[in-house]
Amino acid sequence: MNKNTILYGAILIFGIAAPFIFPAFKVQLSILCILIILAITWNVQGGEMGYNTFGNILFYGLGMYLCASVQVGMFFPLGEWTEGGGEKTFVHTPAQFFQGFAVGLAVAAVVPAIIAGLIGYSILGLRGHYFAICTLGLGVAAGEISGGIEIIGAGQGFTTPPFPNVDRLEARGEFFYFCSFIVLVFTFLAVKAIYSTRFKLVLNAIRDNEDKAEAMGIQTMKYKIIGWMISAFFCGLAGGIMGGLVGYIDSTDVAFDGREMGVFMVLMAILGGKGTLWGPVIGATLFHIFKEGFWTFFLGWQYVALGVLIVVIVIYFPEGIMGWLREKYPERFGEVVDEADRKAQVTLK
Amino acid sequence: MDFLIFQVPMLTLQAVLDGLLLGILFALIAYGMALQWGVMNIINIAQGDLVILGGYIAYFMYLYGIHPAWGVIVSPIIMYFVGVIIYKLVINKVVDRDLFISILATFGISILFMQLMNFAFGADVVLANSGYGTTMLFDNSVTLPNSKIFSAFISILFAIGLVIYMKKSKLGRAIRATAQNARAAKILGVDTEKVYAATFGINAALCGVAGALISITFTIHPYMGLPYTIRSFMIVIVAGLGNLPGVAMSGMSLGVFEEFADYILGTEFRIGSVFLLLVLILVYRRFKLSRKREYLK
Repeated sequence: MNKNTILYGAILIFGIAAPFIFPAFKVQLSILCILIILAITWNVQGGEMGYNTFGNILFYGLGMYLCASVQVGMFFPLGEWTEGGGEKTFVHTPAQFFQGFAVGLAVAAVVPAIIAGLIGYSILGLRGHYFAICTLGLGVAAGEISGGIEIIGAGQGFTTPPFPNVDRLEARGEFFYFCSFIVLVFTFLAVKAIYSTRFKLVLNAIRDNEDKAEAMGIQTMKYKIIGWMISAFFCGLAGGIMGGLVGYIDSTDVAFDGREMGVFMVLMAILGGKGTLWGPVIGATLFHIFKEGFWTFFLGWQYVALGVLIVVIVIYFPEGIMGWLREKYPERFGEVVDEADRKAQVTLK
Repeated sequence: MDFLIFQVPMLTLQAVLDGLLLGILFALIAYGMALQWGVMNIINIAQGDLVILGGYIAYFMYLYGIHPAWGVIVSPIIMYFVGVIIYKLVINKVVDRDLFISILATFGISILFMQLMNFAFGADVVLANSGYGTTMLFDNSVTLPNSKIFSAFISILFAIGLVIYMKKSKLGRAIRATAQNARAAKILGVDTEKVYAATFGINAALCGVAGALISITFTIHPYMGLPYTIRSFMIVIVAGLGNLPGVAMSGMSLGVFEEFADYILGTEFRIGSVFLLLVLILVYRRFKLSRKREYLK
């Protein structure tokens, strides 16, 4: 039993026990899990592949709408539900609710991944800032357009099916917490497995120099599309759970919320350290604690703080926490350090 | 087809005229964008928020009983200093860095401005009433607010003034030299730091003019900034950097496009159609460029 196993075991046990230790924070813990998933998936795209995107919010919002629509549409007419007060007329039985949610999540994960694959060839051909602005445009366009579509509630929003009456009062929070925690563990393990393969090296090659990677015989477009599809898959999954957790979907304020979630995922990954496995996890956790503190005590000033935070992090701390640690303790990251050389560099400064 | 615009042919003329007058304003904002992009290699996401801030200056003059048309003169002066301050605090630290860093940093500024304006001026949609009246054309079937004609006229005036300034003045020549080659300009004694600050200030001043005009002709709202950024970005990539006639042309075409999208798809899809157009243009550009690359091979 080595050190890593103990660490992972401890985190797993803590994760399972957390809702019982902090029963009042169940919703916050679920949101934390979702945030970590988003940060990890953004990192696959932005950190490892070097394609900085503002557009993963597209898949998140898509997943949210798809999950809720499937959950309702499987049993009741969707149009009448969103017309107004559908949640009062039609009631899901517990079996229907869980069945619908499971199918909805599957759809919410698969469809965004397929869409990413379809549009990937056109969008991923863009480089650098063109890609960033294009994906920003995609996210906002999706929000504006979904706000005009009648069947998913248009401007007045979409109430997701309320949690069915089970005997225990705590069941709703626990259900959504464990949903998001299981998805988080699944995401983390999947991304960790991906990072130990050649695939990650290809992504890094694309990040470092795409033309050279192409010249070395790597089909960069194929790998970029697969990378984006992985991102989209987990983003959709996270969105689906978040829709059920919030209980209400609005096109621009909840689902395609580029001003909040869309920026958060970039910021969390950069805060923790781009291009590392643990960076986004640490960044998301710290960011969530900071955010909740600020959102609670300085209500109204949160966006001001967010704006200042973005500017400060981007200008003074672009390497993130993991990058800073790596510079300070390179030995811990498995880098061989020439002690004399390092000292010489320090004195040079 | 049961669209209103095909039943009433005069509406087409109305949409074209509205679009052209609106597009001139877009072109003015885009010119500022092209200037800073060309000189400093920065894409400023906060461009639209500078526009809105300029609009609020004119609106405040209107609230205090001064005719909002004076905002066209006051707003750029204030905005110039706002621009220089933003440059000194943030932009000068991201000038030579990766473009994504500058995008993200200006995104932060944009969020900050949005919220500060929301606090300071409230979340209502406002407009500064200039009281200019309307001109009726063709038996009252086409209405043309005089304020729109006024704003188009002022925009053209400012654009021409700026072009002459960039050609003739010492600072203008320094800016153009820095845009061509910053290092060489530095060697020849141009204080590039000052040039960058002035460029960003001029850009902010242009946004101020455009904002004041928008507050007279249309409406402003603290959260309406991002579409203006996206529009100016789109105009610049279609026209290319340093191509003023191109900027004017593509600005006006965008205005006309928007008016038609408004009539045909409905007002709720107006902003969405702008963002979709951006995606389409970028994708088109990508395929065009990739064809060129294959040709070179």
